Order: sequence, then C-alpha cells, then structure tokens
Amino acid sequence: MLRSATTWLLVGQRFGIAAITLVIVSFAVFFATELLPGDVAEILLGQAATPEAVAGLRTAMGLDEPAIWRFLSWLAGLASGDLGMSYVNNVSIADMLSGRLANSLRLAGIVTLVCVPVALFLGIASAMWRGSVLDRLVSMLTISVISVPEFMVATLAVLIFAVWLGWLPALSYGVDVDSWGAMLRAYAMPVITLSFVVAAQMIRMTRAAVIETINTPYVEMALLKGASRTRMVLRHALPNALGPIANAVALSLSYLVGGVIIVETVFNYPGVAKLMVDAVSTRDLPLIQSCAMIFCFSYLLLITIADMIAILSNPRLRR
Amino acid sequence: MTEPLVCVRDLRIGATTDSGRKVEIIKGVSFDIAPGEIVALIGESGSGKTTIALSLMGHARPGCAIHGGTIRLGRHDVTGMTERQRAALRGTEVSYIPQSAAAAFNPSKRIMDQVVEITSIHNLMPRAKAEAKARELFRALALPDPDTIGSRYPHQVSGGQLQRLSAAMALIGDPQLVIFDEPTTALDVTTQIEVLRAFRSVMGQGNMAGVYVSHDLAVVAQIADRIIVLRGGVVQEEGTTEQILTAPAHAYTRQLLDAFEPVPHVAAPKTGAQARPILQVDNLCAGYGAIRNGEPAAKILQNVSFRLERGRNLGVIGESGSGKSTLARAIAGILPAYRGNIQLDGAELKPDLAQRSKDQLRRAQIVFQLADTALNPAQSIETILGRPLTFYHGMKGAKRAARVAQLLDMVHLPNALRHRLPSELSGGQKQRVNLARALAADPELILCDEITSALDTVVAAAILDLLKELQRELNLSYMFISHDLSTVEAICDDVLVMLKGRVVEALPAARMSAEAVHPYSRLLISSIPKLDTGWLKGLEQDPELIALFARR
Repeated sequence: MLRSATTWLLVGQRFGIAAITLVIVSFAVFFATELLPGDVAEILLGQAATPEAVAGLRTAMGLDEPAIWRFLSWLAGLASGDLGMSYVNNVSIADMLSGRLANSLRLAGIVTLVCVPVALFLGIASAMWRGSVLDRLVSMLTISVISVPEFMVATLAVLIFAVWLGWLPALSYGVDVDSWGAMLRAYAMPVITLSFVVAAQMIRMTRAAVIETINTPYVEMALLKGASRTRMVLRHALPNALGPIANAVALSLSYLVGGVIIVETVFNYPGVAKLMVDAVSTRDLPLIQSCAMIFCFSYLLLITIADMIAILSNPRLRR
Repeated sequence: MTEPLVCVRDLRIGATTDSGRKVEIIKGVSFDIAPGEIVALIGESGSGKTTIALSLMGHARPGCAIHGGTIRLGRHDVTGMTERQRAALRGTEVSYIPQSAAAAFNPSKRIMDQVVEITSIHNLMPRAKAEAKARELFRALALPDPDTIGSRYPHQVSGGQLQRLSAAMALIGDPQLVIFDEPTTALDVTTQIEVLRAFRSVMGQGNMAGVYVSHDLAVVAQIADRIIVLRGGVVQEEGTTEQILTAPAHAYTRQLLDAFEPVPHVAAPKTGAQARPILQVDNLCAGYGAIRNGEPAAKILQNVSFRLERGRNLGVIGESGSGKSTLARAIAGILPAYRGNIQLDGAELKPDLAQRSKDQLRRAQIVFQLADTALNPAQSIETILGRPLTFYHGMKGAKRAARVAQLLDMVHLPNALRHRLPSELSGGQKQRVNLARALAADPELILCDEITSALDTVVAAAILDLLKELQRELNLSYMFISHDLSTVEAICDDVLVMLKGRVVEALPAARMSAEAVHPYSRLLISSIPKLDTGWLKGLEQDPELIALFARR
C-alpha cells in the first residue's frame, strides 16, 4: 500500500517527539539522582574518613562543579556513546552494562517470543467467543495471575520445579547453556514467571480492544452480509483494533527491561535491573543514570513503535 | 393472489435490560410482503421497527432474542434456522442498508473490498466479475466517478455517496428482499432527494421487495407501497400509502400526521425601527484552529449580521456544515469570535465568555441539541437546576427548592422528578429539564441549537408548544437553530438562511416558501419532502443549482 508523504511526516514527528522526551527525561533522571541522600565520597572512604580526604576526593571526582555543568557534560557524553566511569570501581560503565544488557534483552526477547503470540491468540479468541467457557476460563486465569504477586509465582516455581521435583535448576545463570536442552531448562522458570505477569495484562487489553470494535456498526454490517464470526473478527474488527493492541503490548513489554528486579533476584539472573539496585546501594551515580536512561529509552522505543503501528494501520491518519 | 415473499406471524421479541429485567419489545406482530412490494415500518423511537426489520434477517441485537412466532422468507423458515444457515441467507436472499453508512463502512478498508465482500463470502462470482457488477451498480445509483470511487476509503467520500454505496453493497448479491433502516435520516435534505431517487430507480428495475424503516412519513410516502404503523411493539394500523396518508383510521396515525403539519406561527408585531433590539450582530467572523495574525486556520463564520428584536424569534436554517451551530457558539461566547460585534440589548458583548459580566451571561442562555450529553448523568434534576439558581441568584435552601419546583412546573414536569437522575427520564423530559436549566437564569434571550432534532415528531411538537407558551409568559426571545424548515416555520418570525458560513438570505418566516429569492433558499425549500406520494416523481430541480449548492 502506498503511504503518502504526510504519513511519513507524521511518523517523523512522532520520532521527533520521542527524541525531545528523551532529553527531558535525561534532565529528570540526572537531577533525581542528585537528590539521592548520601555523598559518594563519604561512602567510598568509609566512616573513618577525615573531612579533608572527603573534600579532596570530591574535587578529584569533579563533584564540586555546578550541577548544570555536570549535567551538560554527562549529556554530551551520552550523545557520543560515552557513559562515563563508575564511581565505585573505576570501570567503564559501558563495559559493566554491555553484558548485563545482553542478558536482560535475551530474557526479554524469549519472553516476548513466548508471550505475544499466546496472549494475542487468547485475547482475540476470548473476544470472539465472548461469554463462552473459554472466555470465562481465560478471564478467571488472567485475573488470578494479575492478583498474585510475581515473587510468589517465582518462589512457588522454584519450590515445585527445582526443590521438590528437581526438574529444573534453581539458578538460571552459571549453568552451562551449551545445548538447546540446557538452555531451555535454564530459562524455563524465569520465562514462565515473567510470561504470567506480562501475558495476563496483554490478554485483557487485547480482549477489551477487540470487543470494543466488535460492538461497532461496521462489524454488525459484516454480520448482516453473512460473514462468519471468524471473518467478522479477523477481517473487520482486528484491523481497527490494531492500534490499541499495539499499545497494550508495548506497555506490557516495556516492563520486561526495567521492572523485572524481583525475578532477577529470585533466580539470581544478572540483568540490568539488578545492576541498578546494586548501584543505588553504592551511590554509583553514573551507573544509576545510565540504567535509568536505558529503561526510559526502551520504553520510549516501544511506545513509539506502537504509535507508528497505530498511524500506519489507520487510513484516516495517512491521507 | 401470489404467494407472499415474506410472511411474519405473531412475532415476539424479548430483551433483557442491563439490570437483568426481561421485557417484551415486540408483542405479537404479523404481516406479509408480496414479491416486489415495498413496505414501510413507521413509528417513533422504541416502537420496535428496527428490531422487526433485523429479525427478518434472523438477527437480534445483543440482549434481544426472538421468543415466539414464525418468520418465513421465500422457502426458508428463518426462525427455525441455525445461525450458520441464517448467515448463508444474509446478503444473498435478504440484505441490509444501514441507517448511518458512515458508521457501517469499515474505516480501514477500501470501499470496493467492502462492496464486493458479499460475493466472496457466499462464493457467488469471481472477483473481477463482482467488481464489474459493482461499477454497474455505482452507475445505476448515479455515483460520481463510478470506475474509481471503489478504490477510495470511506472517509474520502461524502455522506450521501456513502449511503448510495451502501445500497450497492446490499444489491450486489441480487437479494429478493432489501431492508432499508432509516437510510436517509442522517442526511441533509438536498442530499436526501438524490439518495431517495437512486433507491427508487434501482428498486424499480430489480423487482425486489423492500422493507423501509423510518419515522418520517413524508419520506416513506415517496417510496413505499404499503405502510405499517407501529407503536410499543404492536401494529396500530396497516394500509396502502395513499390510504394511510389520506384516510388514517387509527388515532395514533392521525397524531403522527398532525405533528407533521404544525400550527403556523402568528408573527409577533414588529416594534418600531427605533426600538433597541435584544440582540444585534454585525459582521461576525469566527472559526477554529490555531490563530495566526488574529485569524483562525479554519474560518467558519464570515461576516454574519442580523438583528433580533425583543419578543420575536429568529430562525437560522442551513445544512450540516453551514455554520449555524458555530453562530450560536460565537454569540454565547463559547467560541470567541475573532472579528465583528455582538450587542445584547444595546450593550456590547465581549467575544470571550470569560470577559463577560455575570449579568450578561445570565441574560443570554444556550440550550444544546442533545440533552443526553448536556445534563450531567451523575447529578439529580434538583442539583442540575439548582446550580444556575445559586450561581446567578445566590439562592439556597428552601428558597432554591421552591424555585426548582416552579421551574419544573413551567416546563410541565411533575415536582416528583426532582430526585431522579437524567437517565431515568425519557428523551422529551430530558429536553424539558435542559430548557428549565436555561430558564433558571431568568434569561431574556435563549439560543436553541437544534433542540427538537433528536426527538420524535409528536414529542418535538409538544416542546415547540411549550416554547411558545413560555414566550408569552416570560417575554423571551429565541434564536432557533434548525435544519428542519417546518420546525422553524412553526415558531419563528424571521429566518436566516445560511450556506458555508454566510447568511445568503433573511426574510419573514411566514412568507419563506413563497418569497425566497436566493437560489439556495429555493433549492432548500423545494427539497423538503411533502406528504404526497407523487412529490418526488414530480419534483424538478435545476441541475445547475444542485451542482452549485448541494454536496452530494
């Protein structure tokens, strides 16, 4: 299908807005971390530090420069790919992050591959046969899954599959993942736990979006043209529900990068979320900021992609 | 006599309300339709006319179910069929033309895909043949660019065109019965004519039978052979169109016919030219969108001027998009005018609502078209009416309660309604509350924006009577906006005809039909359907005028 220039203008605009948001967010992130209680120099030197030593270290680390100046130089660093050095162990933050980010993305990727098709299928199916046994079963399951906190799901999974049955390793990392089977076993539990949380939300939102379009006059019209239920939903309702569904999926997925701290902790999985929490306890400001920026970036990216799908799937927006 | 095509016997349809209560909405309806005959189902909202029409396709809206009776269509017993068998019937034996084609076309698919969809659902013919047939139908329905219109999206064609496209969509499967569900209600009068003509010509050629659902007797008179009058799910009267129009037997039918021809309004005496008008508008310009150099991006109103004398009523007529509602919003200050002058009783009104004094706000009130959206659904009638009393007059407690009772009495509603929520009232009652809220301010001028358009004819006529009565008692002046000429004739002294944001003609209401000179006014007046079966056939309009003014 031909997309006109205005459509691409609209898409470009959306990207521009995302970029501006990112700058505003970076500002907020930087000054929010400034507000954290405790001083890096004091923490680094321990309780026995003399005030002179603390002052010396602060000067050496550049902490006594004005905040706005430090923000600008940090932003310039970010833009050129230089995330700075960790305060705590003087390692390049890019090095610290790269491995962890790869881990997080791998986990998120696997969960996405498992979750999105299942969630879309169940969401659409339960909307299609609204009020049926399948719909009620799915509704009941999603509500119970949403109501159970994820640490509970994670802990129970470990208790059942690792401790009682001994089928799966309790820790996901550190086991050899040289074969497909081993990898499947290593990732099974975190993926199941995360899928529970993420898929439930997606199913409910997909169902709601599809039901809303099913209730429109043009879907009734399709029914009155003799269309089957499947055709009605897949050909008429679904294309118009694409925008809201993409948004629901993006919102759920954005949780996978930054919001998985509990799962990472329970399964001792070295991802970005755990890195950030560790960084907070050591007041490693550059690391906290970089992690926060990664979370915001992935969130914005997902939402922007969802917006784009909404724009491209709506002929009224691509005049 | 030939075997009837459709045979409905003792049809009963029940519905379950949101609160779980079961009600019967169709209470034993029976009728026949002969092959090639067009039967109209006439009735007000809630009479069950659409429900009956849909049941002929074996369809009941969610919450409704066919409880009893039989529907026979040709050789098929629709009531005894499975859903799958009914689906096979839809589009091939019986098809549907919806009330609002704009809502019934899928916004994300091209028109041609939707028009030929019936042929692919039922495997009637190959795609290329179906498209050729669709183009033929487009031609028969007098659609512009019949060869390319199919490749557009629904939002790219006008409302009248969409309505004709929906007819093409219904006719592509050569059905024996076509159901028209108020297909012209949402259209402007000048557009309606072309759509009705197109329907008439294709129905005449194909020897198809039709069911025409409508609340408008004049429209039905042009197209139906027989009329069935419904009320509350029961048939009141059945007869040929001529018979129903000229010799109605049932009291309710007579009431419907009477509501169609309202008592002509006796014009209020003209006060001298020296007297101060209650409202004077000079060169008013207003529009929407971002303001650059003091002018908005989309200019709607352009140099509108008029004067309304105290105690008289001004009608503003025009089709959708003519700027008549924008005019009311600009005078009320909701949409600040960017140029021009508004004077209320000789004193200048600031364009923006926020800069007007409380007393100025009190003296000019606006009543909106849809009481459903204008009344807060979470507040009781007493709270709704009490708010302006406290705001404008500082009334509280017993005094306020007494005034609320008075206001309800003025609009002929019982005092017991004060504790109800808007959702617990009927449409006509809600519109009365809407009016009472404006009266609470003790206004001198009321801007009525299409306040009878969403109401049934009989209810609307009662609201007009109420407006006249209130005017006599309270010395009010109305600015009455409507797309319906007969409503305007019934209540107004003077009329402004609007087109594309400009006033094209101003003249006395009583002599409107006879004396209008502007070609657009003439076109508009001649487009109003008359209670005469030969009206559409005999109607001749200048094609040049139509090309110039009607947006078909």
